[in-house]
Amino acid sequence: MTLYLSQDAAARALGADATAEALAAALAAALAATAPGVRLSRTGSRGMVWLEPLLEVETEAGRYAFGPVTADMVAALFADGVPGPDHPACLGLTEDLPWIKRQTRLTFARCGVIAPLDAAAYAAHGGLRGLRRALGMSPADIVEEVTESGLRGRGGAGFPTGIKWRTVLGAEGPRKHIVCNADEGDSGTFADRMLMEGDPFCLIEGMVIAGLATGADRGFIYLRSEYPDAARILARALDIARAEGWLGPDILSSGRAFEIELRIAAGAYVCGEETSLLNSLEGKRGVVRAKPPLPALAGFMGRPTVVNNVITLAAVTGILADGAAAYRDIGLGRSRGTIPLQIAGNVRRGGLFEVGFGLTLGEIVNDIAGGTASGRPVKAVQVGGPLGAYFPPEMFDTPFGYEEFAGRDGLIGHAGIVVFDDTADMLAQARFAMEFCAIESCGKCTPCRIGAVRGTEVIDGIARGEPGRIELLQDLCETMKFGSLCALGGFTPYPVLSALRHFPQDFTPRHREAAE
Amino acid sequence: MASQPPEHLPPQHLPPHQQGGPDDVAARTRQILDAHAELEGPLLPVLHAVQAEFGHIPEAAVPEIVQALALSRAEVHGVISFYHDFRTTPAGRRVIRLCRAEACQATGGDVLAADIRARLGIDWGETTADGRVTLEPAFCLGLCACGPAALIDDRPAGRLDTARLEALLAEAAP
Repeated sequence: MTLYLSQDAAARALGADATAEALAAALAAALAATAPGVRLSRTGSRGMVWLEPLLEVETEAGRYAFGPVTADMVAALFADGVPGPDHPACLGLTEDLPWIKRQTRLTFARCGVIAPLDAAAYAAHGGLRGLRRALGMSPADIVEEVTESGLRGRGGAGFPTGIKWRTVLGAEGPRKHIVCNADEGDSGTFADRMLMEGDPFCLIEGMVIAGLATGADRGFIYLRSEYPDAARILARALDIARAEGWLGPDILSSGRAFEIELRIAAGAYVCGEETSLLNSLEGKRGVVRAKPPLPALAGFMGRPTVVNNVITLAAVTGILADGAAAYRDIGLGRSRGTIPLQIAGNVRRGGLFEVGFGLTLGEIVNDIAGGTASGRPVKAVQVGGPLGAYFPPEMFDTPFGYEEFAGRDGLIGHAGIVVFDDTADMLAQARFAMEFCAIESCGKCTPCRIGAVRGTEVIDGIARGEPGRIELLQDLCETMKFGSLCALGGFTPYPVLSALRHFPQDFTPRHREAAE
Repeated sequence: MASQPPEHLPPQHLPPHQQGGPDDVAARTRQILDAHAELEGPLLPVLHAVQAEFGHIPEAAVPEIVQALALSRAEVHGVISFYHDFRTTPAGRRVIRLCRAEACQATGGDVLAADIRARLGIDWGETTADGRVTLEPAFCLGLCACGPAALIDDRPAGRLDTARLEALLAEAAP
C-alpha cells in the first residue's frame, strides 16, 4: 500500500516535510505491526493548495484524500492503522473532489499523481507518447500539428506557437536553439513551478519535440533563482533523461540528437521578456533588444531560436500524443485548448485549476475559488500578473480568453488571478505598479526608466490632493504605453489606469487622509 | 554536457567558505572559470558559482573573470550590478527573501513586511548588526495561493505572520 504526499514547494511551505517525518515515524513504529509494507511516495501537487499538506491513501477504489494533514495530526489520524474511506477526516476519492472533477487536466494530468523523478511512472502514465509519434514525423508535419492545435504562447503574449516554430524551421543557420522561458515572475502565477517540480520530464519531452520540429539540437531552460526546488528537481530530471536515452546523441535510438542545459537566472523580472532573457543567457545585462530581428531568426548568439514558456512546451507533448483536433476542440474563440488558471491572493480555495478557455471571471472567483479567505466582499481581481489590469466585480462576466480580456482593456498574461477584498487600497496598488516598474526596469527606454519613477511621485501628489495630477498620470501612462519597447514599460499602465478607472473613490485626497 | 550542478543553487544560502586573501580568491576563481570553459555565454553561471563559493563576489575575483572571458571590467561590473541576486559584500548567516508582490499583498504581506523590518531593525537589502539575518525583497516566489510567503535560505514558508516568521528564524539561526 502506498501513501502519497506532495513535495511541491507550496506543500513544503505549509509543512509537508514535517508531515512526512511524522508519517515515517508512524510507519516505522506502530504501523509496522498492524500494516506492514506501507510506503510513502512524494509526488508533485494536485494544485489544491488550501488542502496542503494533502495526504492520499491508495486503495483498490482509488486514492482517498485527507487534508490539510499537518505533522501534529498524524498520530491521531493513524491511531487505528492506515485511515480509509470510513475515517471521519476522509474527504473522499481525490478524483471525485469537485475541484479535480471540474477540470480538464491535460498538461497537468500527471502532476500530483506520480513521483516527479520516476521515469517508469512517467512512461506508464502517458509520457513519451508525443515524442515517439514526433520521431516518426517530418519536421514540417510536427509544426503543422502544433499549428492546427491552435496553441498560443502561454507565457502571456499569446503568439501562435506553430507559426513561431515554422519561422525557425525555415530559418537558415548551422545551429538553432530551443529556449524554455522558465522565468515565471508574475505575481499570482505558479503553473511553471508546479509543472517543473511535479512533472519535469513533460517539459523535457516538449523541448525535444520542439527541437525535432525546428532542427534545433540544443536547448536551454532559463529558470528563475527564486525556484530552488525546481532547480534541484530539473537538474536530476535532466540526468535521468540522459540515462534513459530521452536526451543526448541518440534519442530513443532514433539517431536524432538533442541536449538541454539548465541555466539559473539572477533575480531580474525583466528577463522574463524574451529578448532580455536572451541577452541574460549570453551573459550580458538583461537589457531588452529592439525587434526586428525576431529571436526566431536571430536569437541566442544570433542564431534562430524558439523561445517558449514552460506550459507551452509541456502542452505540445499532449498535442503530439493525442492529435491537434483533441486540443483544438476545447476552448473559446481564438483561445484554443486548456489554460492552467492559478488562483491566488485572498481566496478561500487557492491553487491550480486547468480548464478549457471560456469560464467567466465570476465563475472562477466565486464558484471555484469560493470567494475571499477573509470572508469580506471581493473588491478587485488582478489578472495577468503585475502588468495586468484590476477588474471590479462588475466585470465578472468577462470570459477567460485572450481576445475577451483584451477587449476589456485587460490581459490574461500567464493566467494568474489575484483576488483582493474590500480592504485593498487601489491607489496604493497603482503606486506599487509604478514602483515595481521602476525597480525592475532594464533602463533602455526612457518612458519606463524615468516614467515609472515620476509615476510614483504623481500618485503621491494625487494622495496629497495636488490639482491636475490625475490628468498628468493619464498622460504619463499614454507615453509609457507607446514609448516603451517591451511589456514592462508598455503594460504597467494597465494596472494603474484600471485602478483609476474602476476605483476613482480611492484616488481622492480625503480617502487618503481617512486611511492614514 | 552536464547541467548546472545543483549545489550552486540558490546562490545566497550557501555558507561562505573561510575567506582567504586576494590570491586565494583569484586562484579559486580561475578554477571556477576553467570548470565553465565549455559553456556559451558563461558569465552568469560563473558569477553564481563565485558567489556560492565566497558568499558574495569579491573584488579580487573580477580581474580573473575579465581576463578569462575577454570582457572589459565595465562589462563585468555592469552585469554584477544589473542583477538583484549578485552581492559584492557578504550576507548575514541567514537570508530571508520575503515576497512583496501583489498576491502576498492581498493576504497582509505589507503589514508583515513592515512588522518584521521594525523587529529586525533593518530595511530591505540590509543585514542585522549581529550578522544574523539579511532581509531581501522578492517579487513572487510562486507561493501565491499560500501567502504571505518567504524563502528562508532556500526553505519555503507560507501563510506567514510575524510570530511564525520569527519562530522560523529562531529555528534557522539560533
